[in-house]
Parts: sequence; C-alpha cells; structure tokens
Amino acid sequence: MIREGIQEALKLLLRLDAPVIDAATRSLWVSIVAVFIASALGIAIGLFLARKRFPGRSIVVVLFRVGMSVPTVLIGLLCYGLLSRRGALGEFELLYTTSAIVLGEFFLALPIIVTLTHGAISRLDRRVFETAKTLGAGTGQRAMTYLRESRLAIMLAVLTAFSRCFTELGIAMMVGGNITGRTRTLTTATALETARGEFASGVAMSLILLTIALLVTVAIALLSRGTEEAES
Amino acid sequence: MIQNADCVTFAPEARNKVPNGWQTRAILNLAEYGVHRAAMQNETTRTAWMTLAILLATVFLNGCGTQPAERAGSTTGDTTAASLDETSPVDAVLKVASTTSTRDSGLLEVLLPEFEKANHCRVDLIAVGTGAALKLGEAGDVDAVLVHARSAEVAFMAAGHGVRHEPIMHNFFIIAGPADDPASARGTDAVAALKKISQGQHRFVSRGDDSGTHKREQSLWLKLGGRPDWGNFVESGQGMGPTLIMADEMNAYVLSDEGTWQKQSETFQLAPLVRGADDLKNPYAVIVVNPETHPAVKSGLANRFADFLISEQAQHLIVNYEINGQRLFHADRLPEESSE
Repeated sequence: MIREGIQEALKLLLRLDAPVIDAATRSLWVSIVAVFIASALGIAIGLFLARKRFPGRSIVVVLFRVGMSVPTVLIGLLCYGLLSRRGALGEFELLYTTSAIVLGEFFLALPIIVTLTHGAISRLDRRVFETAKTLGAGTGQRAMTYLRESRLAIMLAVLTAFSRCFTELGIAMMVGGNITGRTRTLTTATALETARGEFASGVAMSLILLTIALLVTVAIALLSRGTEEAES
Repeated sequence: MIQNADCVTFAPEARNKVPNGWQTRAILNLAEYGVHRAAMQNETTRTAWMTLAILLATVFLNGCGTQPAERAGSTTGDTTAASLDETSPVDAVLKVASTTSTRDSGLLEVLLPEFEKANHCRVDLIAVGTGAALKLGEAGDVDAVLVHARSAEVAFMAAGHGVRHEPIMHNFFIIAGPADDPASARGTDAVAALKKISQGQHRFVSRGDDSGTHKREQSLWLKLGGRPDWGNFVESGQGMGPTLIMADEMNAYVLSDEGTWQKQSETFQLAPLVRGADDLKNPYAVIVVNPETHPAVKSGLANRFADFLISEQAQHLIVNYEINGQRLFHADRLPEESSE
C-alpha cells in the first residue's frame, strides 16, 4: 500500500493532476493567510505578555498554553457554531468558504505563536532589557530589539504554527466542507480518498502534503542560516 | 450536532464492557511516571504531579471496578481467534465494517447488543464509506460487511471475497430540499425531480464520496443520460450527516437515506419532497467475508451474525425500529413484509 502510494504520488505530481494541484495550492494559501494574521497579532501579544506586568498575567499565559492543545475538531465545531446560519456570524454566509478555514486556523495558530514568542522573549538575557533601557530606547525601539534578538525562536514559532495549520483536518472538514474545487484541501482530500477505500491514493496525498511541508522547513532553515551568516 | 471527521468508530456500549489491556497499561504507566516525577521535584511541582498521579489512579481503579464478571477468567486480554470462535462462550470480537449512514440511523445500537448478549461476544463496528467497507472486507480486516450498494455487493461476491450474501432489509432514499421547492420536485419520482433541479440550475449538494448513497445518485443521473454540470452543484465529499447539514445551511436539494434524515431533520429548514418512490429503494445486505483467503476471519461468528440478522427476532426489531415516531426499515425476511 505504501509503495503503491509513492508510485501514485509521483504519477499525480508528474501529471500535475489538476484536482491535486488545486487542493495543494488551497492548503498552502489558507494556512499562509491564517498564519500571517495570527503572527501579526500573536507576536505582539507574546511580546506584551513577556514584558508587561499586570494582574492575571500568568493566567493569560496559561490559557494560551492550554490553547495550544485544543483539538482541531473542537475549534472546527466552535467555528461552525459561530458561522452557521443560526450562529452569531451567520449573516455573513462564511460557512463552507476558504475564509471560514482561515478563521479556524487563525484560532489554531494564535496560541502557538503567542506561547512560543512569550517563551522566547522571556528567555532573553536580562542584559538585553537593561541595555535597551539604559541606552534610552523608546517603547517601539525596545520592542524591535527584543524581537530581533529572539528572531530565530519566533521564526520557529511561526513555522510550527504553519505546519500545524497546513496539516490539520478537523477545521477544514467542518467549516470548509471539503467541497470539490472550492474548499477541498490536501488533508480533506486524503480523508475522502480513505473513506472511498482508495488507500494508495490517500497515501499519495499525504506524501504530497509532507513534501510541501518539508520544502517549507528546508527553505526557512536556509533562510535563517543566510541571515545568520550575513550578520556575522 | 455534527459528525466528527474520524472514520473509525466503535460501538460505545461494546467499549464500556472491556477493561482494555493497553489503555489500562498506559494509564498505569502514566500514574507511575507521575509518582516518579513527584519524588524528584520541588514542592509545587511535586503537588501537581501527585495530583495527576492520584487522578490517573482513580480513573484506573474505576475502570477496574466496572469490569464485568465474565472477564475475570481471561486476564491476558488478547483473544485468539481460533480457540474462541466456534466453541467458547467467552470473549470473541466480531469486526463488522458498515457505512456511516447505517451507523447514523441508530438501528445497530438496538441490534448489536442483542447479538452480543446471545453470543457472549463483542461487535466492533467500523463505520466508513461503502467503498472502504468493501475494501476492508476484501483485505480480510473485518469478518463481515453490512452495506447497501447492491451492484458493488454482487461484484464483491463474484470476485470471491465473500462466502455468503444475505439481503436483510430495505428503506428508501429521499430527496429533500427548500420548503418552497423552487424546482417543483415535490411528489414526483427521483429521476423527474433531479431533471427539474438540474434544468432549473438549483442548488444541489452531492456526497461525491463513492458511498452507497452517492452511487445511487450517480445511477439516477445516468438514467438522465449523465449529469449536467451547473454552478450550483456542489460535492461535499463527506458522510451523510455533514452533507445534510451543508445542504440545510445552503438551503439546497439533497439526496439522503431516510435514516440519517429522520435522525437529523428536526432542526432543519429543509423539507422532504420525494419519498417512497420506486427508484429510491435502498436494499441492505450482510456479507460474510471469505475465510479461505483470510484465515484470520472468524467466519463461524460472522455466520451467526448473518443468521441473527435474518432471524425473526432481529427482523421484528428492524421493522419496529422508530425514530421520531416513524418506522425506518422494511424487513426483507418476514413473510408479511416481503409481499409488499
């Protein structure tokens, strides 16, 4: 079955099989958008939680940490409740669109980025904070310094969030709906092939998914090494 | 509210009966690890780990407490097929692949416990699409298959994957749609309804998953000389439950099995429009997987399962099964029923 899967995957890729390319680009697009928005907000929240003291801060940190292990089906279910016709956001008719998947994956990515950013900045050498302060840097400048100092860890946070979004199934299935040519992603396509009993085809889809995930990982690894060398 | 994406589900009542070797071990190991960690940590962490350990231990002990008496003899947990299959009344496990719509109808929750009680066994129900159910049978991963796709069943038997094929019951597919019925499909038969829906280019949600229901839809389109393509035709690629929810959200036409419809339709805005038409008949059958190609298959127990399903007792349970006050199935093996 695995060997058949590899053969099938190669065949689909070499043929540039239209439904597969369609699902793959959708998977990529949806997770990139979701992670982009989650990063913009999540890094800011993470930074804030690491540097500002306020009552209840540790509770917020713990809540985000717990948020990392919320199963995707639950996020999918909650988003369904929100976007359904009878739901609070029903009037926008977002259910069964790619925007719905983006929304769900945003909730998936946010806690990961917040928690890992918070951890990265908290772990920075005290001297970074002290130096920034004594040099009289403004709030914005200080924030940029902290982010620059922990950029590798933050990049890793974003990458982790991306791979979680890219490979998740529950949200895409429940609020995307796996509609042919509209909301089908690589993972929902895999689930469908499996339900059809086309196991080799399911393996093929997963292999394509893994290949893309691997390429992204390698690209980011090269990128971060590149910036390291340029600076040293 | 909604079906989860998992393909494999075991009958919940079957699960409760078994204290499960590996789960018990896993919980115990975790508890042990907790105690171990607690011994090495500072005050706060120690309390946390201790709490966790105690919690896990409680869960474990509760699990043991509900252990049925008949399990006491078989402490090893793992059952060997050969020794238990034909003779022993202890703890055989019959694996049955069925379709999600069969599971969702709820009928098996009535039938399976009766069979389990009479045969001192446990039935693990694996609910997947029809295609996957037949594939599982073909691979010998299950002992019996309970599906509703007659032509695929015939091909399965012809290929020698099954040794026994027993029609059990039938029900009818229905076509549901918007209550104001813009295509005027109400009261027609299925082919006429689909023709009107496609000609009017109305919204239609198809399963698109090669399931029994989807295969039926395709054969109906074939009678119209192939399905025309229109923008409002959508393929969900999911089980009946999620597909019905999608159709309801979109206020679209949909072909459904009666059982899933009855279970879910209470909150729907959709209305049933075509019902009981001859071209919507949906026959169910059980297949005993061929033990010659797959020696691990428990054909003895699987045969008893088939015998049970066509027995008068089961057939009466089937006819009398109701959801929301509506009978769902027509038994194929009761004299007064088969004449209709």
